[in-house]
Amino acid sequence: MCLAIPGKIIVTVEEDGVRMGRVQFGGISRLVSLDLVPEAEPGDFVLVHVGYAISRLDTEEAERTYRLLEEIGLLEAQGLDVQKSSSAE
Amino acid sequence: MSKRTDTIELSCPVPLPAREKILLGHGSGGRLTAELIRDIFLPAFRNPALERLDDQAIVNISGLRLAVTTDSFVVNPLFFPGGDIGSLAVHGTVNDLAMGGAQPLYLSAAFILEEGLSMETLRRVVDSLRRAAADAGIEVVTGDTKVVEKGKGDGLFINTTGIGVVPHGVSLSSDQARPDDAILLSGPLGDHGIAILAQREGLEFESEIRSDSAPLHRMVAALLAEAPAVRCMRDPTRGGLSSALNEIAAQSGVGLELDECVIPVSEAVKSACELLGLDPHYVANEGKLVAIVAPEAAEKALAALRSHPLGQEAQIIGRVTASHKGLVVLRTVLGTTRIVDMLSGDQLPRIC
Amino acid sequence: MKYIDEYRDPQVARGIAAQIARCVTQSWVLMEICGGQTHTLVRYGIDELLPPQIRLVHGPGCPVCVTPLETIDKAIALAGHSDVTLVSYGDMLRVPGSRTDLFHAKADGADVRVVYSPLAALRIAARQPERKVVFFAIGFETTAPAHALTVQQAARERLLNFSLLASHVLVPPAIRVLLESPRNRVQGFIAPGHVCTVMGWREYEVLAKDFRVPMVVGGFEPADLLEAIRMLVVQLEEGRAEVENQYVRSVDRFGNLTAQRAMQEVFEVCDRKWRGIGLIPQSGLRLRREFAAFDAENIFALEDVAVQEPPECISAEVLQGLKAPTECPAFATRCTPEKPLGAPMVSSEGACAAYYLYRRHDVLCAK
Repeated sequence: MCLAIPGKIIVTVEEDGVRMGRVQFGGISRLVSLDLVPEAEPGDFVLVHVGYAISRLDTEEAERTYRLLEEIGLLEAQGLDVQKSSSAE
Repeated sequence: MSKRTDTIELSCPVPLPAREKILLGHGSGGRLTAELIRDIFLPAFRNPALERLDDQAIVNISGLRLAVTTDSFVVNPLFFPGGDIGSLAVHGTVNDLAMGGAQPLYLSAAFILEEGLSMETLRRVVDSLRRAAADAGIEVVTGDTKVVEKGKGDGLFINTTGIGVVPHGVSLSSDQARPDDAILLSGPLGDHGIAILAQREGLEFESEIRSDSAPLHRMVAALLAEAPAVRCMRDPTRGGLSSALNEIAAQSGVGLELDECVIPVSEAVKSACELLGLDPHYVANEGKLVAIVAPEAAEKALAALRSHPLGQEAQIIGRVTASHKGLVVLRTVLGTTRIVDMLSGDQLPRIC
Repeated sequence: MKYIDEYRDPQVARGIAAQIARCVTQSWVLMEICGGQTHTLVRYGIDELLPPQIRLVHGPGCPVCVTPLETIDKAIALAGHSDVTLVSYGDMLRVPGSRTDLFHAKADGADVRVVYSPLAALRIAARQPERKVVFFAIGFETTAPAHALTVQQAARERLLNFSLLASHVLVPPAIRVLLESPRNRVQGFIAPGHVCTVMGWREYEVLAKDFRVPMVVGGFEPADLLEAIRMLVVQLEEGRAEVENQYVRSVDRFGNLTAQRAMQEVFEVCDRKWRGIGLIPQSGLRLRREFAAFDAENIFALEDVAVQEPPECISAEVLQGLKAPTECPAFATRCTPEKPLGAPMVSSEGACAAYYLYRRHDVLCAK
């Protein structure tokens, strides 16, 4: 439930009194309502659900926590390599 | 009723079996379509050529093997990035013939026009059909025109019949896949289906995605010349890759195993699918083929596809197996496995 | 796609899974609440990566599955009016009501249209002032703010032919009901990341404290769910029962205040029946009286009809996480996506459909 996808605001426009953003998701872009994230600006990443941005992504937190996960993944893979090579000897 | 260009085309994935009505899902190329064929059409028209249920029928006339196919084109919108109903009619028919290894020769084109359709629209479609046929090297030799009352058609429908000749030594059929055969896909999935969806206002996103609608017969000829040990080919149109592969699995009585990491999908199609909650394995293609090839010929077949402009991104995406007969199984990017099942009807965008 | 692809990295996923395997010392039963999380778990075969001591059960986090039969029947009834255009998300169209579904209604001539966004429904209303455009507004707290804004925009633009058939449900009251049940075996919850994006996680602190059950707010990609599971297992192994946040890139404790304000302006809390569970007090949202002009329940004087599920369908037990879809004798035999007996087999987020689409071969191999 609650399919929401992160995208980057390229530019903001006003349409019928609604603050909209052209948001880029990978290879496509869509006009999205920004009324629920008044603090969001071009360059920000937002989470989009049914054509509305529902939050602004905390990209610093994302990067910091992801680096930790990446480390774990790397260590684990290396550990397995060590296991493999030691069992081959 | 007014034209519905501002919403997602409705399609029905689930029937209630007690109902006795045709639903949109019956046209989706998935399970419902298969049931309709099995329950209504096959019993009425039993004969060996039909019962093969390939994209085309192959009949023998005094030693000449003729491939015959018929197709109807009901696409909405009529014009989309990368094509229109006219060029689609040519490509779709040519490809059905080509999947049987046939050289396409002649086309018939019957038009069903809605009262009130603009003459300009008809001219554009016919011109596009003309150019596509010329480009594919085939002739439109006969046709028909009917007009229906306003409100009874989506502007314009085209029905075609295609005729081609199958060269000696070429024998392709969806029941010929064997364990260890390689599964080849000629290029990225989903371009056509997403290009169509992008045109519909309900979804309204800007993209670089164009329909991949294209005639495949020349690439097929190149493939068969280089690697004759092709068991069968299907073009993954309605119902996507999933339908085509599930049909082969069922007809050949084998299992198929796919590797998600190597199945090509463009960035734009991937993004559109993420946004709408769609799975690219079920999205329609109009310029791609799936080929089952003997293992020793797989690399040659891949090279043959890649040397053709329409097959430059071809990949070997999996293997045929003797396990889990009738099922298509995917090894996910995480290395786990799941089934790629046939959908009942079309996929719908979801919010959940 | 940034902030998605990296959370599908196989090395990262296996790394987290290995950590879980190392820290687990006994069996634990965990529940993910959101259907989107169920979808990811099954679509990526994540249970294959988890140690056998971890058992995942799927919760009622699928608004499609839990929308009451009566509401589906109301939508179908409305669609049958010749001057009504019923606009809906794709999810709802396949759900069987007591006699039929919206697709069959369309085959019978009803004007039913599918959209991705409620903004498209507003545009239909603006362009066709002669039609009564009813938007079938279902969802959890994630979607309610968008619906609130839609109603406010309709009011601003005086689109008097536009109305909502609203059927929202709230997650925390449902979790309370699950935890209060004597049959509950769930020991830890993955809280719904997008619901919490809107609402924050304060409501879950109360639940964690009242029932001594740990909760971790989780995202929707494989790495998110594996990490959320790891955080839950650590808490359980350490005997803690707190609310933690895995989905830090989108969720904070207080949520989106702008969104919450919009919801409060347009909706008020009410009792709500959940299909498969029953009436849960104060678990739904309805339009406030000021917006009666946009409330389809008010405009069309719809009546409640008492309805019953087919007796074979065990969706009630599946929705409450008491049974897995594969434990249902009708699963994949008498109950399939083509001939569903209950809602969880219909919704693409429903536990039964997810199992059917992705995992059936385990069942078939076992039989």
